[in-house]
Amino acid sequence: MATSTTAEPTRRDFLYVATGAMAAVGAAVAVWPFIDQMNPSSAVLALASIEVDLAPIQVGQSITVKFRGHPLFVRRRSPKEIAEARAVALSDLPDPVARNENLPDDAPATDANRETKPEWLIVSGVCTHLGCTPTAFEGDFGGWLCHCHGSQYDTAGRIRKGPAPQNLAIPTYAYLSPTRIKVG
Amino acid sequence: MSGPSTYVPQSGFTRWLDSRLPLLRFAHDTMLSFPTPRNLNFWYAFGAILTFCLGVQIVTGIVLAMHFTTSAMVGSVPGSSLAFDSVENIMRDVNYGWLLRYIHANGASMFFLAVYIHMFRGLYYGSYKAPREVLWILGVIIYLLMVATAFMGYVLPWGQMSFWAATVITNLFSSLDQISGGLKVGSHIATWLWGDFAVGDATLNRFFSLHYLLPFIIAAVVGLHIWALHVPGNNNPLGIDVKGPQDTLPFHPYYTVKDAFYVALFAILFAALVFFAPDLVGNPDNYIPANPLVTPADIVPEWYLLPFYAMLRSIPQKLVGVLVLGGAILVLAFIPWLDTSRVRSNRFRPLMKQFFWLFVVDCLLLGYCGSQGVDATLVGVPLVWVARLGTIYYYAFFLLIMPLVGIIETPKPLPDGIAKSVLGASAAPAE
Repeated sequence: MATSTTAEPTRRDFLYVATGAMAAVGAAVAVWPFIDQMNPSSAVLALASIEVDLAPIQVGQSITVKFRGHPLFVRRRSPKEIAEARAVALSDLPDPVARNENLPDDAPATDANRETKPEWLIVSGVCTHLGCTPTAFEGDFGGWLCHCHGSQYDTAGRIRKGPAPQNLAIPTYAYLSPTRIKVG
Repeated sequence: MSGPSTYVPQSGFTRWLDSRLPLLRFAHDTMLSFPTPRNLNFWYAFGAILTFCLGVQIVTGIVLAMHFTTSAMVGSVPGSSLAFDSVENIMRDVNYGWLLRYIHANGASMFFLAVYIHMFRGLYYGSYKAPREVLWILGVIIYLLMVATAFMGYVLPWGQMSFWAATVITNLFSSLDQISGGLKVGSHIATWLWGDFAVGDATLNRFFSLHYLLPFIIAAVVGLHIWALHVPGNNNPLGIDVKGPQDTLPFHPYYTVKDAFYVALFAILFAALVFFAPDLVGNPDNYIPANPLVTPADIVPEWYLLPFYAMLRSIPQKLVGVLVLGGAILVLAFIPWLDTSRVRSNRFRPLMKQFFWLFVVDCLLLGYCGSQGVDATLVGVPLVWVARLGTIYYYAFFLLIMPLVGIIETPKPLPDGIAKSVLGASAAPAE
């Protein structure tokens, strides 16, 4: 090792820094495959959309289907449930945004913005708190009650009470016929 | 290590080995001749007991892994999975499989029972105070690793509690969405942890891989923990420094025998649990195969995580709840600096002693709150409010009481030395 010190950086200093920087970049690049392997694989990403037959569902009934590994609620609301959901003032909602993938991101959480047809509510069955599946027809608002940590949703799947921060999400879906929808 | 080595090789072979790899010297100095305070009581046996627990978990875990199938794919019965089936196969068909699995599952509970006593012991006698801060922080790291390992192990049988525990815990990260705007950083982390858009086969596989790895990481950190213990030596119930050889005894035979006795007592309790009440602390819902569409009515973590669960549940705001949960463990790492007292042991801290026992009661009360339903009450008071008060005291104990009591409290006079205090006036003077 040279013992003389100079004020100017030497060529050796440059080589040290360049080598070190190259090693750091190389290490970072080498680490990426080990991180990214944990993300969903191509097989998972290729998951198809699903179709749901609405014909057998009675008024006042809620069914659960599996969509991309998660539960999805399909609920045929009674006139009373619709009326209750429509009567709620926007200012009473902890989450004022519709969370409807079929609408713009900033659409307000009115009942009309939560469904395509008033009778049919199609919402994700994943509690926005910590991912449990809420139970239908329970809680103070007649919608859903999550037993894990006590979040309560109304008959439009909107959060009303408890720790969950958001309304139940609504995925993209379309009516193929009056009694058949395609989700995803 | 305190003091020079006292190892003297006795044979030609050990002399030859000692000059090449002083392995026997190391073992002699750390496990046989190591000078240990002569007044260590029952509560100091939990280090040995915890080592025993780790060994039991690793040995039973290795053999269970020989029979476990890491797959959430549908098993022999619709609704079941290969993982669930393989655990049932272990319980019914594998020779002594029931015993090995019950030891492993209850071993986790015994491990946490021992670690909590060990932690409260350290808290009571001030074992975290200088010069043992690093020792204490390594202990907090071990505890965190234990929680992670136990959680991932709990997921493996792929029952209802397994599945929903995995869902709830990994969703804790989604709370970061609330501070990352449209980037949804939290959701991306959750997806990354799952390897899917929900807890599923990919999640089970990686959890198994990590559940197998982490115990060996724990063993390595335990090595550092013991190393950090052997630099200043043990604290003791008086919390005063060792002043000379009159205050200590060689670790062997005094503490090897004492520790072995208590390990045996602990093993009796362990065996009683395994043989007479193997499902006492387990949740019966975990014998129902995982169903991603139905959350069990009452989802409760294992008993050793209930106090933290109660804190999470008592906070009505998601992100704050998660931060309170994480902070409750993180705060432990800072107590060497939060405690301002000059005196280590609570034996000489009349005021702090009362707050300490209140803290123990608080942790038990939080545990009770966590075990009950969301709307439960205690003598008419909603438990959510009991849990809120409990959470406030938990934090206040570390952030307010520890710094303030250390300043305002007048400790009792400390004894002159360990030997004098243990042996009375007949103690031999320092040699």
